[in-house]
Amino acid sequence: MAGTGGFSVSGYGPERGTWAKLAARDSVVRRLDWPLLFSAVALSLLGSLLVWSATRNRTQLNEGDPYFFLVRHLLNTGIGFALMAGTVWLGHRTLRGAVPVLYGLSVVLVVLVLTPLGATINGAHAWLRIAGLSLQPSEFVKVTIILGMAMMLAARVDAGDQTYPDHRTVAKSLALAVVPMAVVMLMPDLGSVMVMVVIVLGVLLASGASNRWIIGLVSAGVVGAIAVAALGVLDEYQINRFAAFANPELDPAGVGYNTNQARIAIGSGGLTGTGLFHGSQTTGQFVPEQQTDFVFTVAGEELGFLGAGLILFLLGVVMWRACRIARETTELYGTIVAAGIIAWFAFQSFENIGMTLGIMPVAGLPLPFVSYGGTSMFAVWIAVGLLQSIRVQRPMSA
Amino acid sequence: MSNIPETGRTPRVQIRLVVIQVLVLSLLLTLGGRLWYLQIRNGQEYTDEAKNNHVQQVVQPAVRGSILDSRGVPLADNETRLVVSASRTELMKMNDDGKAVLTRLADVLDMKPKDVMDKVRLCDAKTPQPCWNGSPYQPIPVTDEATTQQALQIRERAEDFPGITAEPTAVRRYPAPGLANTAQVLGYLSPVTDDEIAKAQDTDSPYLRSDQVGRSGLERTYDKELRGKAGVTRYEVDNLGRVIGQQRSDDAQPGANVITSIDARVQAVTEYELNQAMKAARKEMDRNTNQHYKADAGAAVVMEAKTGRVIAMASNPTYDPNSWVGGISAKDYAKLTGKKSNFPLLNRAIQAQAAPGSIFKVVSSAAAVNAGYEFDGDYPCPSSYNVGSQVFKNFESRGYGNITIGRALEVSCDTVYYGLAHKEWLKDGGMKPKKDAKNWFYKTAHQFGLGAETGIDLPNEVTGRVPDREWKQKYWEANKDAWCKQGKKGGTYVQQLAYEGCLEGNLMRAGDSVNYSIGQGDTLVTPIQMATIYAAIANGGTLYNPTVGKAVVSPDGKNVRQIAPKSHGRLPMSKKTRDQIDEALAGVATRGSAAWRFGGWPQDKIPMHAKTGTAEVYGKQTTSWFASYTEDYTIVMTISQGGTGSGASGPAVRKIYEAMYGLNPKGEQNLKKALMPQPQVALPTIEPDGSIDAPKIAPYEPPKDPLDEQTLAGPPASPVRRD
Repeated sequence: MAGTGGFSVSGYGPERGTWAKLAARDSVVRRLDWPLLFSAVALSLLGSLLVWSATRNRTQLNEGDPYFFLVRHLLNTGIGFALMAGTVWLGHRTLRGAVPVLYGLSVVLVVLVLTPLGATINGAHAWLRIAGLSLQPSEFVKVTIILGMAMMLAARVDAGDQTYPDHRTVAKSLALAVVPMAVVMLMPDLGSVMVMVVIVLGVLLASGASNRWIIGLVSAGVVGAIAVAALGVLDEYQINRFAAFANPELDPAGVGYNTNQARIAIGSGGLTGTGLFHGSQTTGQFVPEQQTDFVFTVAGEELGFLGAGLILFLLGVVMWRACRIARETTELYGTIVAAGIIAWFAFQSFENIGMTLGIMPVAGLPLPFVSYGGTSMFAVWIAVGLLQSIRVQRPMSA
Repeated sequence: MSNIPETGRTPRVQIRLVVIQVLVLSLLLTLGGRLWYLQIRNGQEYTDEAKNNHVQQVVQPAVRGSILDSRGVPLADNETRLVVSASRTELMKMNDDGKAVLTRLADVLDMKPKDVMDKVRLCDAKTPQPCWNGSPYQPIPVTDEATTQQALQIRERAEDFPGITAEPTAVRRYPAPGLANTAQVLGYLSPVTDDEIAKAQDTDSPYLRSDQVGRSGLERTYDKELRGKAGVTRYEVDNLGRVIGQQRSDDAQPGANVITSIDARVQAVTEYELNQAMKAARKEMDRNTNQHYKADAGAAVVMEAKTGRVIAMASNPTYDPNSWVGGISAKDYAKLTGKKSNFPLLNRAIQAQAAPGSIFKVVSSAAAVNAGYEFDGDYPCPSSYNVGSQVFKNFESRGYGNITIGRALEVSCDTVYYGLAHKEWLKDGGMKPKKDAKNWFYKTAHQFGLGAETGIDLPNEVTGRVPDREWKQKYWEANKDAWCKQGKKGGTYVQQLAYEGCLEGNLMRAGDSVNYSIGQGDTLVTPIQMATIYAAIANGGTLYNPTVGKAVVSPDGKNVRQIAPKSHGRLPMSKKTRDQIDEALAGVATRGSAAWRFGGWPQDKIPMHAKTGTAEVYGKQTTSWFASYTEDYTIVMTISQGGTGSGASGPAVRKIYEAMYGLNPKGEQNLKKALMPQPQVALPTIEPDGSIDAPKIAPYEPPKDPLDEQTLAGPPASPVRRD
C-alpha cells in the first residue's frame, strides 16, 4: 500500500508527481469504482464485436466497408469514455450548478426535432440531423431529467431543512420532467417515454417522496395506458408492435417478423453459439436493426447462452455497483441521481433484451453500451461518469 | 472533503433503495430464465427453424432412363432441347426487377415481352397461368424450343443477359421406332401434384416440385427406377435471397433404363394389322343389324408362350404419347379423354373386358373333364338345345350328331357344352343349390385365372368376371332395388329382364349356366387373361404373370437386374387333357372354324393352334375374338363390334405370325425376312457411356400382293362354322 512501506516513493510530500497523485490513497483513481468501469468498458467492447458481426455484410448500410460500424462504435466508446472522464473531473456537484442550463439545452434540442431539422428513422421522428451527424436528443433528456429532478428534490433535504421533499417540490420536479416527455411523446418515441416514466419513478422512490406520490403515479400510469389504448391515440403500427411480441403471427410481415427472426436467432444459439461471424441468421441479415435495437440477438446466436449470459452478468455488475453507490453516498442528491440511472439502465436493458426474447413489446430502444448509436453511447457513459463522481466525491466516513 | 453537511440517511430511502435493488435483480433473473428457456430448452427447435430460413435448394433434374425394346431400340428416350431459363434471384437484384433484360430476351426469342415476364412471375392465388410454381431459386424455363442461333446470341452477349442461361436439357421423347407407337404400354408423364409431394416427403425418394411422374403404363410401373435422383445444391442465402455460400451439393443421378420384351418391329406389325383388320371389318356388312360393322375398338397381344413375356401389345384407338411432353394442352387433353375419341388412353389389352364367346370353350372343356366326362366320349351336338321353354340354338343352327369334346372344340359346337353345363347345373341342385355343389364350370374358370388380375407389370389391369353363384347374389343385392323399380312384366325386353332380375336375379338359372358354358352371358374376360390361358395351354400348363419389363439396367450398363417370369398357378388339367385340347386346337386351324383362314399354312413346320370366338353383346354388334398359339408364341386379338373371330381377326393374326416367322402367304419361309423366328433371349448391351448399340429398324411393309381369298382358303371350305 502506498505510503506505508519505507521504500515507497509515493504518498508523501507537498510536491507529489502526477502518477503519485493518482495512486494516492485519497486520489480519484483509487476511489473510482473499478468493477463498474471494467464492466462498462467490457460491454462496450463486446458491443463493438457484435455490431461488427451484424454489419460487416450489410453493404447497403456500411458503404462497402465491413469495418465501418466497428470503427464508429469504438470511436463512440472512446468519446463516451472521454465524456465520463470529463464528468468525473468536473464532479457531479460542480455540474449541479449547470443543471438548469443543461436541462434547458436538452429541452431545446428535443423541440428542434419537431422542426424541419428533425429526421425520421424507423417510424420514430426522434432524430436531429446537424452537419451530417445524427443526434437523438431524447437520450440526453434522460440524463437531464435525472439531474434536474434530483437538484430540485434534494436541495432542501441536503441543506438539512427537510427530511423528505415536500409535496410542492415533488410537484415542481414532476412538472420539470413532464415538459420534455410530452415533446418526446409527440415525436412519437414511445420507448423513450416509457424509460422516462420509469426514471421518474426511480427518482421519486429514492428521494423519499411520500408513498402517495408513488402510488398515485403508478395508478396514473396504468389508467393512462388504458386510456391511450382505448381512445386510439396510438398509431396502428404502434399497436401492432405492441401486440406482436406475444404473437408474431399477428403481424408476420411487420413487427412479428422482427420478433420471430430475433427469437430464431437467439434460440438457435444453444449453449455456446455458432461462433462470432458464423451465425446464419446474422450473416443472412434476417434480423432487422440488428446492430442497434436487436444487437442482443447477435450475442444470442453467435455466442450462445454463455455469451448472452455474460452480457446479462456485466449489466448486472453495472447495476449492482450503481446500487452500492446509491446506498453508500450520504447526500440525497447523489442517491437520487444514482437511483435514476439505475432505473434507466435496468428498465432499458430489460425492455431491449426482453423484446428480443419475446417477453416485452417491441420498442426502439438501444441496449446500453452494446447497441450501435452515438447519442445513446455518450449518454450512458456520462451516466457512468456521474456514478463514479458520486462515489469519488462521497463524504468519507470518518 | 465535503462542503455539504452530512445528513443522516433516512430509513425510508434506505428501504426503497433495497426495493430498487431487488426489482433490478428480479428483472435480470427473468431475462436469464427466458434466455435459458429459448436457448437451452427449446434450442433445437429454433436451430431447425434457422436452417429452413437460410438454406435454399436448387435442383438439377435427373435425366429419366430410357425404355428399350428387347433388342435395345428405344421406345421412350430423351432428346436434347435448348432450354432458356431466367434466374429470378439475379433479376430481382436489378433496379427494374430485370424488365430490361427480359425485354431484350423476348426480342431474341421472338416472343412478346409480356409473355416472357408472365412466365417468370411466381404463382400465387391471384396469378393466373402462365406463372412459375416452382422454387423461386430455381432457374425458370422461358422456352424449351430455342434454336442454336438464339442460344448462341444469349451466350455471346452474356453482359446483356445477366441471369439468363441457355442450356441443353433432356426432354422426354417417344420416337415410335418403325412406327411402333406403343402408346398405352409406355404410358406418359405429367407434373407431380401437391398431394404427391406431401405424401412422398418423408420417404427415401421425395418428389421435387419440377418432377414429372409416370401416370400410366411402363412409365408408371417403373417410375422409381426410371426417375433417377435429382441433384440438389444447397445454398445459404440471406434475407433478400442473395447467395452467401454453398453448403452441399449432390450430383444428379440419371435414371436406370428399362429393357422390355417388346419387339418394336413386331409391335409395329401388330398395331398395323389390328388397325387394318378394324378397317376391313368396317367394310363388312353385319347381317344382324344390316349395318357395317363399327369396329370401334380392338386389342392384340403377342406373347412368348413359355415365359409370359409380352412381345407386342396393341390397343386401338390410340394416340401420340408425345402430346404429353412439355405439358399437355387443354385441347389435347379433352380430346384424349373424351367419349368422342372412344378413350384412346385405355390400354384395351388389359383394361377392356368383354364376353369371350367360344374361345372360352377351352375352359369349359377342362371343366367337363374335371367333372368326370370323358374327353373322347360321345356327346350329342344337335342344332338346338331346350332348357325348359327356352331354345338355345347352335351357331347357324347346324347339327353334327354325336361328337367328342375335341371335335366340339374344333367345330365350336355350342350344344355339346349346353348339355354338359345343364347336367352339371342339375347335379348341383339347380335353382336350389346343394351345400356341396361342385360348380365345376365356375371353379375351373377361377383356376384358369379368370375373374382376377393376371399380375402384368402395367397399372390398372381389370379383373373380368366369372358369373358364379356368389357373384349373382352380390350383384342382385346391389341392383335389386333399381331392377324392381324399372321391371315390368310383359314390358319391353329390358323391362322384362329387370322384372326377372328383381324376382330371382340372385339365383343361377339353367339358362345362365348354359349360356356361360360358351362364354356368353355375364362372363367378362380381358385379352391379356385369354393370352395368359392360351400361352399356358401351349407351354404345358403354367399360368405366367405376363411381363413387359425384362430387365432394369443402370445408366452405365454395369448393373443389370433381370425381371424373371413369375407364375400364378397351373392349369387345372392333366397332361393328357392338355394334349387332347392341344390337338383339338390344331384341328381348329386345319379343319375347324379357323381353317378357312389358314390355307397354305406350313402346319408340319410350325404347328398352329387356334380358337375363334364371336361373342354376342346385347344392343351391340358381335365381338370378334381370335386366340392362337404356336410352339413359342401366343397371339390373342379382339375387335369390339367387329364381326366373327375368324372373319375379322383371323387374317390379321396370321399376318403377324407370317411377319415373325418370315412366311409368305403361300407358307414358304424366308428366315432372312423373319422378324423373330425364335424369342429374343439375350439382353441388349448398354455401354459404360450410356450409349446403346441398337439395330436400325424400318417401318413394317405389309405384303403388297395378297393372294385372293379363295387361294388363301385352300381347299374348298369345309362345312364347318366360321365364327
